[in-house]
Amino acid sequence: MSFSAENRRIADRIVAQYPQSESAVLPLLHLAQSQDGWLSPDGMREVAEILGLEPAQVFSVASFYTMYLREPAGKKIISVCNNISCMLQGSDELLERIEHRLGSKCGHSTSGGEVYLEEVECLAACGGAPCLQVDGEYFENVTIEAADSIVDSAMRGERPEGGKGLPSDFYSEPLGAPSIPEGLGANEGEGS
Amino acid sequence: MTEVLLTRISEPEAWRIDRYKELGGYEALAKALKSMTPEEVAEEVKTSEIRGRGGAGFPTGVKWGFLPDVYPRYLVINADEGEPGTFKDRELIEFDPHQLVEGTIIAAYALKVNWSAIYIRGEMVLGAARLENAVRDAYGAGYLGKNILGTEFDLDIVVHRGAGAYICGEETALLSSLEGQRGEPRLKPPFPAVEGLYAKPTIVNNVETISAVPHIVNKGGAWYASLGTEKSRGTKIFSLSGHVNRPGNYEVELGTTFRSLIDDYGLGVRGGNKLKAVIPGGASSVWFVEEDLDTPLDFDAIAAAGSMLGSGAVIVMDETTCAVRAAARLVKFFSHESCGQCTPCREGCAWMYKILTRIEEGAGRSEDLDLLLSVGSGITPALKTEGRMAMSEVLPYTTICVLGPSAVTAMAAPLRLFREEFEEHIRLGACPKAAGTGITTQDRKASRG
Repeated sequence: MSFSAENRRIADRIVAQYPQSESAVLPLLHLAQSQDGWLSPDGMREVAEILGLEPAQVFSVASFYTMYLREPAGKKIISVCNNISCMLQGSDELLERIEHRLGSKCGHSTSGGEVYLEEVECLAACGGAPCLQVDGEYFENVTIEAADSIVDSAMRGERPEGGKGLPSDFYSEPLGAPSIPEGLGANEGEGS
Repeated sequence: MTEVLLTRISEPEAWRIDRYKELGGYEALAKALKSMTPEEVAEEVKTSEIRGRGGAGFPTGVKWGFLPDVYPRYLVINADEGEPGTFKDRELIEFDPHQLVEGTIIAAYALKVNWSAIYIRGEMVLGAARLENAVRDAYGAGYLGKNILGTEFDLDIVVHRGAGAYICGEETALLSSLEGQRGEPRLKPPFPAVEGLYAKPTIVNNVETISAVPHIVNKGGAWYASLGTEKSRGTKIFSLSGHVNRPGNYEVELGTTFRSLIDDYGLGVRGGNKLKAVIPGGASSVWFVEEDLDTPLDFDAIAAAGSMLGSGAVIVMDETTCAVRAAARLVKFFSHESCGQCTPCREGCAWMYKILTRIEEGAGRSEDLDLLLSVGSGITPALKTEGRMAMSEVLPYTTICVLGPSAVTAMAAPLRLFREEFEEHIRLGACPKAAGTGITTQDRKASRG
């Protein structure tokens, strides 16, 4: 991988937002993953190069955080919460149903690479338990019927209905774009 | 219900800056910057006696007072909400992001900070987008950047997304992560107020705490302090989940009882079932039972009853719940989220999870309960083996942070409350509530109507 020209420009602006450039490791890894769908070794090397860090340091950081996919995953990602509040509302049965419908196990992608299924820790949506996410979009109070419909849409490569919304429904700027609009930063030119 | 922070939640599109301003937003910022000195703002927060809403309950005004006269200094907002059962910060951010942004600007002014970060959980993609856009709109309106509202005050805010690590909710781990490192906690002292981000003085405050700041500035610290109880002032959002008829976030004056929260707000235990236990303050807290429900929601009252208010996550379990399964699930979480630095936590959490799992699956051994308590005492040496557990038993601990001790509580509190149930699993070689929660999601929908 290599950052696209546009993403490279965004990367430079992200770095400039921080008092010290190393702070940009996580946001640049997010940017690399959003471009490629996963975090390749080349992507991590490029992040290291931009920040003047040893690649090993970036590899080590990336391996700490569960959201970074260090191998290619399915085109769509279903993340099912398995923590206490969701468990109390039947998330284990829900996960089993989803595995059955997908025909593949948790922690794996379907054979055609359509969907990657994972268990995740508390998603902070316990009032709507059991909950899951599809590509980051929340689905709450998920019934067996709703799960079937979510799985079927995902397998067709479509966005399932009934979710709580994605950034693109509301905003033109992509998630993770710099918070500080160009030319308006109070600390501009003072970063390292 | 006494709503302060949640007043705008049900207003359509309150996340938009124009809507927020129509609803009274950014008036507190103008008041603070144009008619108050930083010291006067800090004094109002001190007068409010608000205690940190992230879990520890430390008085915010006192924490602010610990900053040495060293610059630059930083303000970091902890929006890495990950304590199981807690979902208040996500709602505050998704539905009212400008309240947090306004609070952050006012707090930064009071603390003489010119750079601030909001560290939000990576999983909260809509929330992060709401915040990023709120920040951009605040720049556009002249509330951020150079010479805010025509004053000498400059501030940048950066929304920083985490990437899936519960431990980063611990303030020193959060700072490590914000510095681009693995999210490993650091020994305290030095506390972040003295040596935090980039080894500079840093205040780390929770989303809910900072969201209260505009209200404290608008109506005064004395007004805020008139709400709640003598040692626990103000309102607090409680995230009610589990086996209740109406789960959700409820903002109440501190001092309301658990019984009222569950019955009046949550409309009681689902299906008229009997209550088994309540996890009163997030996964790390000692479990309560029926006889504890008249305890007021107050930091000190809950501590006196042996548990903690924590993050305000109240998880209700009815009589159909298997205590072993619930304990195993909680400990699994801590085992998964251990950063791995300290051996007692890294190994101990994994062992406790394995032992609890084999008991739940019917392969438990007669010595397993003593073994569990013994592994726990490797993390918290003062852990007792009998009687109801108290939070005080997790002090001292053999680890850098409290993640490991939290796993001990998640194991020992249920084990000591429901020891017969654990023994029955071992004796039967099976779970007596074999169907686990005994419900399907369809049954639950039906019972909720």
